[in-house]
Order: sequence, then structure tokens, then C-alpha cells
Amino acid sequence: MPPLTRWFVKLSLVYFVAALTGSVWQAAGGPLWLTPVTIHLLVVGWVTGMIFGVAYWMFPKFSTEQPRGANGLAVASFVLLNLGLLLRVVGEPRAVGWLLVTSAVLQWLGAAAFVVNTWPRVKGR
Amino acid sequence: MPAVSVWLIRGSLLYLLAGFTLGALLLAGKGVPIPAGLWHWLPVHFEFLLVGWLVQLVMGVAYWIFPRFGLTRAARGREGFAWLAFVLLNGGVWLVALGVLGDQPALAVMGRSAEVLAAATMAMNVWARTRASGISPM
Repeated sequence: MPPLTRWFVKLSLVYFVAALTGSVWQAAGGPLWLTPVTIHLLVVGWVTGMIFGVAYWMFPKFSTEQPRGANGLAVASFVLLNLGLLLRVVGEPRAVGWLLVTSAVLQWLGAAAFVVNTWPRVKGR
Repeated sequence: MPAVSVWLIRGSLLYLLAGFTLGALLLAGKGVPIPAGLWHWLPVHFEFLLVGWLVQLVMGVAYWIFPRFGLTRAARGREGFAWLAFVLLNGGVWLVALGVLGDQPALAVMGRSAEVLAAATMAMNVWARTRASGISPM
């Protein structure tokens, strides 16, 4: 398992626990902002992060020289997706507009970097 | 990777991008003014990411990696079923989206029904391949 996959998977496990912890607070009558934060910790942090990491590891090789495509793009997808999600966690409770806009841009760029790097690896033999 | 998995997985990547685009616009809307009508797209954001991205990705990967029946073209079961599932699922996603945006519940029901048929078609294909690994006779 490549190092980047380990980072993706381990961080996704942290989000998994955080999301379900948030859901406990939610069930106990937590604040309104908690709902979108909890949902996105689960579906972006846990599910999407896990998929990005495992796909980077397991999908068909791009080439002999670059088996997992452009490493810079893969690292960028990790940093951008997670930084964007964390900014949302920080910005949503206080409704800090610029943080939420920045979060939106970073998460979109993270997904785009993953798609660009993964697309050519989705191929027949 | 078989051709139908390539289509399913690449299709899922397109929905990932489309779903994240809608999500980013809606999230940015909490910080800067956006057209009020954009919030009507929230169910489409869900549909693209839950069905178009996640469900379709799982279908494509399952068809690709589950144990095979041998090395022939029919090694992954009835390939036609997998193509049918691809068409039904994607048609379903768009019918649901159009039904929600156009306030046409009948379209959304048709879309959901197509998605059910896609699930059943895929299940029929993958069911027999859910077994111990290794090449064995059908």
C-alpha cells in the first residue's frame, strides 16, 4: 500500500469516528450547523477519502514509469480535499463566509485533481 | 478492466465532478450571495453523488473484480446485463434530476424505477460470482 493511500485511509478512519461522534451530539439535540458538518464528515471525509485512497492504490497502472499517474496531482487531491473539509468544520459553526467559500473551492479542486489523475487509469488492458 | 466497468467508473467520475460542483456552489452560497433558485438543485446534488458517483462506482468495480467463471468473454456472466444496468442507472439519475427540477413527480418515479431495475439487473449478474475466489466452471 503506497504512503499516500495510508494517509487517505487513516485520515478517513479519523473522520469516520468524528462523524459518528457528531451524530451522537446531534441525537442529543446539538446545534443546527452540526447536521451538514456531520453528513460531510461522513460522506466526504470517510467515504470519499477512503475511495480516493484505495483507488490510487488498486486501479490499473497508468504506465511503467508512472504507475499511479501524476503523483503531484494525487498529493494535491489529498491536501485540497482535506484542507477544504477542515475549513468547513471550522467555518460552519460561526458562519464565516470567506472560510466557507474557500472550503468550497478547495474541495472542488481536490475532487477535480482526483478525477484528472484517475481518468486515464480507468482502462482495459 | 472490462469495457462496461470503464464506462461505469468513468461515468461515476463525471458525476463526482458534477456533484461536487453543485455542492461547492451551494456551500459558497453560505458566504456570498447566490441565486435563490440554486437551492432547488440540492436534491440533484444528492442524486449525483449518492447514485451517480457512489452506486455507479461500486457497480463498476464489482463487475471488474469479483471472481470470474473462467477466461472466456462470458467469464463475468452476462455482459448484456451489466450494460443494461449502466443504461438504466444513468437514465434513472437524469429522470430523477429532471423530475425534481421540473417539479414533475412522475418523472422522478420513473427514474427511481429505472434505478431499481438497474440494481436488480446488476444483482443478477454479480450474485453467482459472489463465491470463493479462483477460476472454476460455471
